Amino acid sequence: MISLAQLLTLSGVLFSLSVAGIFLNRKNVILLLMCVELLLLAANFNFIAFSRYLGDVNGQVFVFFILTVAAAESAIGLAILVVLFRERRSINVEDLNTLKG
Amino acid sequence: MLIQALFYLFATVLVLAALGVITSRNPVYSALALVLCFVTSAAIWLLIEAEFLAVVLVLVYVGAVMVLFLFVVMMLDINLAELRQGFTRFAWLGWLTALAVIAEIIGVVWARGGLGIDASHGGQRLPANYHNTLELGRALYTRYAYPLELAAMLLLVAIVAAIALTMRRRAGLKYQNVSAQVAVRREERVRIVKMDAEKRP
Repeated sequence: MISLAQLLTLSGVLFSLSVAGIFLNRKNVILLLMCVELLLLAANFNFIAFSRYLGDVNGQVFVFFILTVAAAESAIGLAILVVLFRERRSINVEDLNTLKG
Repeated sequence: MLIQALFYLFATVLVLAALGVITSRNPVYSALALVLCFVTSAAIWLLIEAEFLAVVLVLVYVGAVMVLFLFVVMMLDINLAELRQGFTRFAWLGWLTALAVIAEIIGVVWARGGLGIDASHGGQRLPANYHNTLELGRALYTRYAYPLELAAMLLLVAIVAAIALTMRRRAGLKYQNVSAQVAVRREERVRIVKMDAEKRP
């Protein structure tokens, strides 16, 4: 049986890799969205690990809801990205400075 | 033993695929590496007996969300060279942060009594007649019935928002004005002409 510590370590590694990805690819909006998906996956790992550890199914229900919200988020994020590319011909984060004071 | 070996295999693949996502030069390769991430995660979830969520992860993420990502990546004509500029400028900061977080998490999790609980096992073995889907469905449709409805509502709002954002009206394109079509009245379309009957030739 896989122990809780192993699962938490794996999810920690996944989480910090995706945070590093946000640092590395801070210009490319698509890669930022992908890194956010990876972050949510790491969070889901923790929920499932503790759900199995405590023998409580409620944690898995929360993973279900996180999956739903993440799917909605990526759909709207990609729609905004398409509109953005149509307006600016670029997906560089540094070009999005219209609201800068 | 077999489960442990499989876990380490899948964990290695998962970490390598995550590295591929964040370091790949081409966003298409990143998206494909992310697909590999989701599939191996689903395999690990199967190993820890969360079967329903593993299937949902493959169906929803690999089947729908990643296809959407790939569509968008391939549809946009991105200048990659410009986006890659400055990749290495903050790279050391990113790797440093990642290594610090990994070290901290490993320190907390593997320290003796670090979590305040016994983390050296993964919970009770489930009996052979335990149905993960049945239990999850029971929780979803009783205690979480209203949140489930809210989630469905959220997906509907997301559909409407995505379509409303990306739909565009091109200038010079002819399209139907549905409200005008519906609001039309008989007098605007039909003209009744009174005329005398013709004589038979």
